[in-house]
Amino acid sequence: MKKKKRSHDGAAVNGRLVRRPIRRWFPLFILPTFCCFIIGFLWPFIQGIYLSFCDFNTPRDAVWVGFANYAKAFRDAGFVHAFWNTAGFAVVSIILINVTAFIIAYALTQRIFGANLFRTVFFMPNLIGGVVLGYIWSMIFDAILKSYNTYLTSSATYGFWGLVILVAWQQIGYMMIIYIAGFQSVPGDMLEAAKIDGATGFQTLTRVIIPNVMPSITICTFLTLTNSFKMFDQNLALTGGAPSVMMNGAKLNMTELLALNIYSTYNINKSWHGAAQAKAVVFFLLVAVLAIAQLTATRSREVQQ
Amino acid sequence: MMKSKKLMAWSLATAMVLAALTACGGSGSSSTETTAAAAETTAAAETKAAETAAAETAAAETEAAETEAAAGSGSVYYLNFKPEADQAWQDLAAAYTAETGVSVKVVTAASGTYSDTLTAEMAKTEAPTIYNIGNMQGLNDWNDYALDLTGSKVYDERINDDYVLFDESGAPKALGYCYESFGIIVNKALLEQAGHSLDEIKDFESLKTVADDIHARAGELGFDAFSAPGLDGSSSWRFSGHLANIPLFYEFRDDGVTEQPATITGAYLDQFRAIWDLYITDTAANPTSLSTSTGDESEAEFGEGKAVFYQNGDWEYANLTGDKFGMNPDDLAMIPIYCGVEGEEKAGLNSGTENCWAINSQASEENIQASLDFLYWVVTSEDGTSMLAEQFSGIPFKNAKDSANVFGANAKEYASAGNYTLSWAFNYTPNVDSWRATVVTALTAYSADPTDDNWAKVVEAFVEGWAYEYNMQNG
Repeated sequence: MKKKKRSHDGAAVNGRLVRRPIRRWFPLFILPTFCCFIIGFLWPFIQGIYLSFCDFNTPRDAVWVGFANYAKAFRDAGFVHAFWNTAGFAVVSIILINVTAFIIAYALTQRIFGANLFRTVFFMPNLIGGVVLGYIWSMIFDAILKSYNTYLTSSATYGFWGLVILVAWQQIGYMMIIYIAGFQSVPGDMLEAAKIDGATGFQTLTRVIIPNVMPSITICTFLTLTNSFKMFDQNLALTGGAPSVMMNGAKLNMTELLALNIYSTYNINKSWHGAAQAKAVVFFLLVAVLAIAQLTATRSREVQQ
Repeated sequence: MMKSKKLMAWSLATAMVLAALTACGGSGSSSTETTAAAAETTAAAETKAAETAAAETAAAETEAAETEAAAGSGSVYYLNFKPEADQAWQDLAAAYTAETGVSVKVVTAASGTYSDTLTAEMAKTEAPTIYNIGNMQGLNDWNDYALDLTGSKVYDERINDDYVLFDESGAPKALGYCYESFGIIVNKALLEQAGHSLDEIKDFESLKTVADDIHARAGELGFDAFSAPGLDGSSSWRFSGHLANIPLFYEFRDDGVTEQPATITGAYLDQFRAIWDLYITDTAANPTSLSTSTGDESEAEFGEGKAVFYQNGDWEYANLTGDKFGMNPDDLAMIPIYCGVEGEEKAGLNSGTENCWAINSQASEENIQASLDFLYWVVTSEDGTSMLAEQFSGIPFKNAKDSANVFGANAKEYASAGNYTLSWAFNYTPNVDSWRATVVTALTAYSADPTDDNWAKVVEAFVEGWAYEYNMQNG
């Protein structure tokens, strides 16, 4: 998207006189944030990769062991199980969250009574932290399941769907806001033209609205995909991976997702610290590849306005 | 003019960076050391703005370590293992600081999270100087961080080597500061009210007869036999850890096990099932909702006189007789956990320890000395020995005060009457938290639906889980 230069006034916002000092001084202005970024993100990230090739108890006593940790990580049945759990969870929650958020957003952009109130109400769950939500929902689920003489951690199915419901409840409001913004940016003249051409409501939706809100769909699927893969707090607080069962001589935490599996691997004992670190690196690569692939796929379908 | 503006801009940016760094460092992250160093260098080089930043650094650090008074050379950071003794340690630390001026920071890990917390804390620059090693597995993990205690004053105060953990080279690395006993706590007053007495209970049969009778008449009596055997994380260790000690102890005794076995047979799991069935039957709790039933609920049930029996340890003494429940010590007794093993009339309580002090050998010279001094003071001073006697029952130090703890006294009575003491066989458990989680899952499922099939899963979790965790631990 190229913008035509509208002004020749040197003192305008993107005028020469204003831009030059910005260009010259921007390193100074980004310095504080950049330092924080290095310390809080870049450095731990590099150290993390290094540690995945080490045997260590605390980062201070790391000993280089090469790829042994990676081999160990992939031998762990729990890791593979957690991967499939996460994949299943991601698929279900991406569809559920986006479809619901889209529908709600669509409904709330029509002129209905109390739309603003509903927007606020739907958005509110997002303001509560994941751990708190996990504990609250575990109480809710247990209270409900109690009347059927069972409990949340009795089976993997309850735990899985419980987590889906929790996450949907939390994230639908957020995605809804993004979709609402998308709907509002659909040009009125396009809609009008569609109407004049005699398009049905469904045709308007699929041929005019959806192509126009594609940027929102990109953002939302991207967010839900990475959120599902990185899911940790809610998983920890809701079930903590329980039930843990022995299966073919190996122990599986039935509702454990990848991030929680990495965390619990680290806590087995010191001989597993490196393997947990290796899992985390694999996890990073996985999420990065998925997110980039997804981003390119949806980007190509966006409409330039 | 222009120059001073430039200088000002750079100074402000630097100040911002430093302020941000200080904020990170204040929370005790591993960057503290570099931060402090950076702050010092800049403070020397820079002018006004840097001075502000340095002042901020100092302010933030004071805030971060409120407990750190204007101390001498070393300071102590004690990572406490027992949540129920947290307040007592905090008070004792304050008393020590008031007396000597040495700052003592006491942090208590939340129940069941000690090893996670320890791992996280040890990676920090301001790592714990005194921490807990519970068993041989803990020592294997932390041996590199444990100081050889030979020749230290506190080590020489011990009465024997029973509660000391030695590493492979034979060096004492962790010093037990209390030993504890667990069994079934009985409310004798309620027992008599129900028309029974403690003398009736000699073995599993008699325990079951009494409990069944109380449970049958619970409506009329207003109390039930056992307090809720909750399997929430705050309570499940009483069963996956302590109750599981019974089958483990007898199996290891029969097989002459003296070190961590790679596999177990589960020879006494039928007895384990018998006592567990009794717990979940003769109680007011709903067996299908045990997964959310907490330790506090169970304690309150017993403390408020709604249950006659409560499986727990002598560390509960202070809580039960304290302000909250105000139970009369004369009404309390602890009896062995009977489960139908041959010869159990001669059983005593389960005694052992998971409470051993270790000194962080990678701490600074001054902090190590300060920590050793603090521990020596704890086991010799008036304040320290009183606190130990109040909080714990068995204290293996020369200057130990007699504890008022009736449960500890019960343990000694059983032992002096010639009954055998059940040692803590569960200290051999590989990957203890993980193993217990599997057992709890199976036990919860069994409680909700007590069928033979579900019990088979408990056995699987017990026996195959052990082998699996042993491989994981050493794999």
